[in-house]
Amino acid sequence: MTIEVELQPPPAATPTWAMLRTLGGIAMISGLLVVVAYQTTLPMIAEKQRILTERLVFQVLPGAVSKRDFIVTEQGALAPAGEGIAGDPIYAAYDAEGRLKGVAISGTGSGYAGPVTVMFAYDPGCHCIVRSKVLKSNETPGFGDKLDTDPEFLKNLEALDARLDVTGTALANPIVTVKHGTKTEPWQIDAITGATISSRAMGKAADQAAQRAVPAIQRELTSLSQPN
Amino acid sequence: MPKIIEIRTSPHLKRAVSVDRIMRTVVLALLPIAAFAVWQFGLSVLLLLLTTTGAAVATEWFFARASGRGNTVADWSAVITGLLLGLTLPPGFPLWMAAVAAFVGIALGKALFGGLGYNVMNPALVGRAFVQAAFPVAITTWTPAFAPGRFAELIPSTLTLPFMQPIPVADWIAGLNMDGWSGATPLAMQKFQHIETPITETFTGLIAGSAGETSALLILICGLWLAWQRMLDWRIPASVMAGAALTALPFWLMDPSLYPSPWFVLCSGGLMLAAWFMASDMVASPVTARGVIIYGLFIGVLTVVIRLFGGLVEGVMYAILLGNAIGPLISDWTQPRVYGSVKGKQPPAH
Amino acid sequence: MAEASNQSTSTSSPAPLFDREEPLTADTFIRGLWEENPVFVMMLGMCPALAVTNSTINALGMGLSTTFVLICSGALVSWLRNWIPKQVRIASYIVIIATFVTVVDYLIQAISLELYAALGAFIQLIVVNCIILGRAEAYASKQRLLPTIVNSLGTGLGFTLALLSLGTVRELLGNGSILGVQLFSDNFQGWVIMILPPGGFFVLGAWLLFFNWRRLRKERRMTEQTGVIANAV
Repeated sequence: MTIEVELQPPPAATPTWAMLRTLGGIAMISGLLVVVAYQTTLPMIAEKQRILTERLVFQVLPGAVSKRDFIVTEQGALAPAGEGIAGDPIYAAYDAEGRLKGVAISGTGSGYAGPVTVMFAYDPGCHCIVRSKVLKSNETPGFGDKLDTDPEFLKNLEALDARLDVTGTALANPIVTVKHGTKTEPWQIDAITGATISSRAMGKAADQAAQRAVPAIQRELTSLSQPN
Repeated sequence: MPKIIEIRTSPHLKRAVSVDRIMRTVVLALLPIAAFAVWQFGLSVLLLLLTTTGAAVATEWFFARASGRGNTVADWSAVITGLLLGLTLPPGFPLWMAAVAAFVGIALGKALFGGLGYNVMNPALVGRAFVQAAFPVAITTWTPAFAPGRFAELIPSTLTLPFMQPIPVADWIAGLNMDGWSGATPLAMQKFQHIETPITETFTGLIAGSAGETSALLILICGLWLAWQRMLDWRIPASVMAGAALTALPFWLMDPSLYPSPWFVLCSGGLMLAAWFMASDMVASPVTARGVIIYGLFIGVLTVVIRLFGGLVEGVMYAILLGNAIGPLISDWTQPRVYGSVKGKQPPAH
Repeated sequence: MAEASNQSTSTSSPAPLFDREEPLTADTFIRGLWEENPVFVMMLGMCPALAVTNSTINALGMGLSTTFVLICSGALVSWLRNWIPKQVRIASYIVIIATFVTVVDYLIQAISLELYAALGAFIQLIVVNCIILGRAEAYASKQRLLPTIVNSLGTGLGFTLALLSLGTVRELLGNGSILGVQLFSDNFQGWVIMILPPGGFFVLGAWLLFFNWRRLRKERRMTEQTGVIANAV
């Protein structure tokens, strides 16, 4: 291979202002377009997000028709969402008669291939987790994705004990995943054979979600029980 | 009339060792292992071995024809690939998946590189690695050895329709009423429950596992015969086993209740079969005498490291594939000194 | 490599085709779709081609987003081409491309959050997709508006076509479905490896094998018919 170098007449000098004008002009066009796109799509995206959350919440809490969003603050207090308070969102869901069906809470545990984020349905009546739905995971198809489908595994999450201890600030018994076939207590999760690490992620997510949200939920149960 | 003196350089006498002769001998050495597998697991394994061998030979024939290389089936290498592949699969592995493995092994592992002699990795293991990633559940579904009706009926999953999920075997196994069957191989029991299967069982092979990997004793006998016939380089299996045993030893001495003993490491899983029949693949291993020892030790060490610290139960397959991959590099590092040359200086150019 | 040298902005004489203004013909469109297909012929855009083609819908979303950015940035570059001095052209192109990528990023979120989550960072990574900067530098900066739009559309659809041919095969083998519609019985055994990253390499390799085999066969036929050795590519 040879590199061709050709002699060329010296190019005409480009004036400085032409370069500045062009870059400035393009930056302005760019700014305009980005701002317009952002402003136009903002309400649409917010609406999509609302519908998606609602669908997920109603999926883990079947029978619910309305929901209210709350934030669990750093101090463990419960605040209505949408006022710029940082914290973990939880969703109280109500049935057609306005009774509290349960509270959707979410947590994350690290699995075989990165974090597994799960939404749980917490029933304040029985102090337990009654359903789950994996929101985000990269677990190996065929093994790790059984977390949402394996009927035997899902039985673990039909009445997973999340009772508080006497101080009311933490779970009486942390939720843990145990080896397949060795579940003895209601706060244990029986792992799926061959997907122990993914099952363990589920346990960690449940524990994290419950440890953060359940104390606040139980404390504010009276105000949560009234829809609006 | 003057006497004619014929002058030749050595060697003066040589035996005609051809590729197909070597390959035929290896097939012969594999037959007792295959026969033991059939006796142990029944008709399913017979069908499995026939399928993998048939699919491997058919694939070889097709690619040889398509690329105009003449008939390469006659060199018996595809038969070895098929047999070895079949022996590394679980006894109840669906036949269609086995055929996929054989096709991928020959097509991607061998034909793509230009056929026998050019393949970088062992074709049988390439095929197995593919189905391990494609069908992770089927390849870890084990069935018990010495099921009562094994010569009269097939393991249900064997005859799964192509592209369909394997027929579940849990009910069938429960119906067998096998005492002490836990659904796990000795390797899995050691890893997850720290229960070491007695050495007498792993050595003689009266246990669950892949079709042809169970009897360390039989593999050892067949391998030694092959080495005695000079059809494989004894340094490779010896250094693989040495590497594995020496890596396992310190951990076992630290905590025998947690880590497997060196002899368990040697006799369990596919290590014995892999060391004698797969790591010793003539094409995919390094060519220098020092090189094969480094190569063998690398495979042995890596196998144990994967077994003890990896997510997988058995690591010998990936260890050999990685060993194959660095094989050419090892050959390059361990070039013997050219006679008469001085270390550090380039040999004289011709 | 013949295609690549056609496109390069080398200053050798006689001036290559694309240093002149090209009239709008059917070829302007077809070229990018087939002869100069960005993935299968020019081997550009490999990163999204391997990473987001594990399902048909992801492949389609990625392909159409890239097409959108290609057309918009190409049009703007072509329209401003006499106004952009040579010295600041790369900076200008990058800003223009980044603008439209940001726009498409918001658009996809507004259309479907699931698709947005599936495509992940690869939407933002369109900024550094060499197909787009390559088109801007080699074509849009020298051609009139209409041929640029048509050519960008062709290239974009060629890219989409390539992603789709990977995505459909991977989804079909990996899940037994296309666009999420199950085609076989529920008992279908998915080939997990096809959804995982290695599957992308296998399927891309298989397609390249197929296209090269076809090309070689065509050339051999041409040679047999005309007795002239066809231009080796």
